[in-house]
Amino acid sequence: MKHKGKFRADEKGYYGPYGGAYIPEMLYPNVKELEDKYESIIDSEAFRKEFSETLRDYVGRPTPLYLAKRLSDHYGTNIYLKREDLNHTGAHKINNTVGQIILARHLGKKRIIAETGAGQHGVATATVCALAGLKCIVYMGALDVERQAPNVRKMEMLGAELRPVHSGNKTLKDATNEAIRDWINNPVDTHYIIGSVVGPHPYPTMVARFQSVISEEMKVQLSEKTGREFPDYIIACVGGGSNAAGAYYHFLDNEAVKLISVEAAGKGLDSGMSAATSTLGTDGIIHGSKTLLMQDEDGQITEPYSISAGLDYPGVGPLHAWLGKSGRSEVINITDDEALKAAYLLTRMEGIIPAMETAHALAALEKQSFAREDVVVVNLSGRGDKDMDAYSNNLRNDISNE
Amino acid sequence: MNRIDALFNRKKGDILSLYMTAGFPELDDTVRIISLLESAGVDMIEIGMPFSDPLADGPVIQESSQRSLENGMSLKLLFEQLKDIRKSVEIPLILMGYLNPVMQYGIEKFVSDCKEIGIDGLIIPDLPLHEFRVDYKSLFDKNGIHMIMLITPQTTQERILEIAELSGGFLYVVADSSTTGVKSGIAEAQLSYFKMIKEMEIKVPRMIGFGISDAETFQTACSYANGAIIGSAFIKSLSGIKDSGLETVIHRFVHSIRSTN
Ligand SMILES: Cc1ncc(COP(=O)(O)O)c(C=O)c1O
Repeated sequence: MKHKGKFRADEKGYYGPYGGAYIPEMLYPNVKELEDKYESIIDSEAFRKEFSETLRDYVGRPTPLYLAKRLSDHYGTNIYLKREDLNHTGAHKINNTVGQIILARHLGKKRIIAETGAGQHGVATATVCALAGLKCIVYMGALDVERQAPNVRKMEMLGAELRPVHSGNKTLKDATNEAIRDWINNPVDTHYIIGSVVGPHPYPTMVARFQSVISEEMKVQLSEKTGREFPDYIIACVGGGSNAAGAYYHFLDNEAVKLISVEAAGKGLDSGMSAATSTLGTDGIIHGSKTLLMQDEDGQITEPYSISAGLDYPGVGPLHAWLGKSGRSEVINITDDEALKAAYLLTRMEGIIPAMETAHALAALEKQSFAREDVVVVNLSGRGDKDMDAYSNNLRNDISNE
Repeated sequence: MNRIDALFNRKKGDILSLYMTAGFPELDDTVRIISLLESAGVDMIEIGMPFSDPLADGPVIQESSQRSLENGMSLKLLFEQLKDIRKSVEIPLILMGYLNPVMQYGIEKFVSDCKEIGIDGLIIPDLPLHEFRVDYKSLFDKNGIHMIMLITPQTTQERILEIAELSGGFLYVVADSSTTGVKSGIAEAQLSYFKMIKEMEIKVPRMIGFGISDAETFQTACSYANGAIIGSAFIKSLSGIKDSGLETVIHRFVHSIRSTN
């Protein structure tokens, strides 16, 4: 079902001034086919049944909404964690890939392509391709292939063909370019499963809808646990912005809910090594979307940096560019060190090792003051298995004295 | 009169247009290559403005763009290099590149600089039809600069007509569903697509590009359109060539395309 409102895209895919489909004509038929067909497919009874059953029986939804008691005491408020880390494959990414693989089958596509940075979306895509018996090709920057060996091995075991990308800076941005080029060269039989609320219209809207199951469940769970259907705050990390879009979705028009989007400040906002797109970026075009992006004055897209591979994307989904610009969301920047601290704090207080991306959202709790009776939801987008090397290497910070 | 229009008025067929990347192989080669192409008998030139993320390009043009950026090329510098180009070069010049650098430069300033230098047309593949019509068209028309649009084998007939209506100078007929320089040669299926376009009696002239790399493919393309565009094959021939070698390589390349057997 289509939602209307100030924070929903118009029929050309614009959120305020952001979005659209800035694509070469070679890509137009692919994108047009998707745009023309996706809504009627995903609104159909058959699709909805298969999607919700797969999320329930295969992914393990609904994910719990957990009142983190010790963390709440620590911050003097009520902190609920939406446990996307408990999904199959360990993050929210699979909500989207399940939706898109069912869609791809309805579209009659035989071949699936995807980009990946840290490998989380690559693993989630390879997983649903195995489930559906479809051929899967994952583009991954050559540098990331080296850095993310465990996920590379998972994708291979799942039967995906991994194609290292050697163009540009050899990271996520370049992997996305290469996936788009593949789609240009294979216009008929291929579906591109993009990994976040980015890319040309209708991707940002479509991916947000698949992820919206997060806030749909939250509403029900909140009224059971707190007696109200909405929280005071939702905090989520933003790379491209898919977990945040899903966590915000059903609350976008309720301005009593404060939305806090957390971006990676890397080594600091002034260091030249960050991924703080909403703060440091300017308007431009990336991967077919008009949005905020990190670029130099000549309009060349620059390479972002974050300790978290899932947050170092030089753009941000057009929805988030608009939420920030219109004042609907507040953007907070968190450095590598702050994120690491927050990861340890959660681990020691609640026995949950979060993904490095999620650790950024948790660190925002430090920066905000809450009233005792506030209800704060942190979207716990993923678990930390993939980040154990980074955590061990940085386990010099002693937080035990906090 | 716009030089592209003048060209198609004067010459109906066998028009050869070459694509080059500005600032490649060396930063200061831009003007020299343009002059050499003209003296070698090329009819029109597309000057590529390098971009960090050229979505529609295959490896050859990607690498030349990256090299050019490493050499220090920018849009500002390109306009400086081209400042006096009309003192020596007469053939139509087209700038080709992606929207983001143009947006950052400022679209108004970009168009006025193009006009001042004597640029005749633009190809910006990621500028969508709708946005072009609403936000840009009148600015280009006012300054006498053509926006050249692309169609592909996947473009529907209805849309081809819509694009042809808006395309200035000529219609860029992309030969295959591909990025640049990926596929070479012309397959049977493409011939029937060319034939269909030819029979549509489109008012603007047509140039075929993508996959045109030698005399044979050039001739084939020319039998279905007013001419053809060569990019990757030319860029490939330039890589690793130093100043003194440029003239020989360029003349030999153009000659090889023009030779009839
Ligand atoms: C656990 C986790 N959280 C967040 C992200 C960031 O993506 P998005 O902003 O689309 O949610 C990623 C990306 O890989 C991730 O793996």
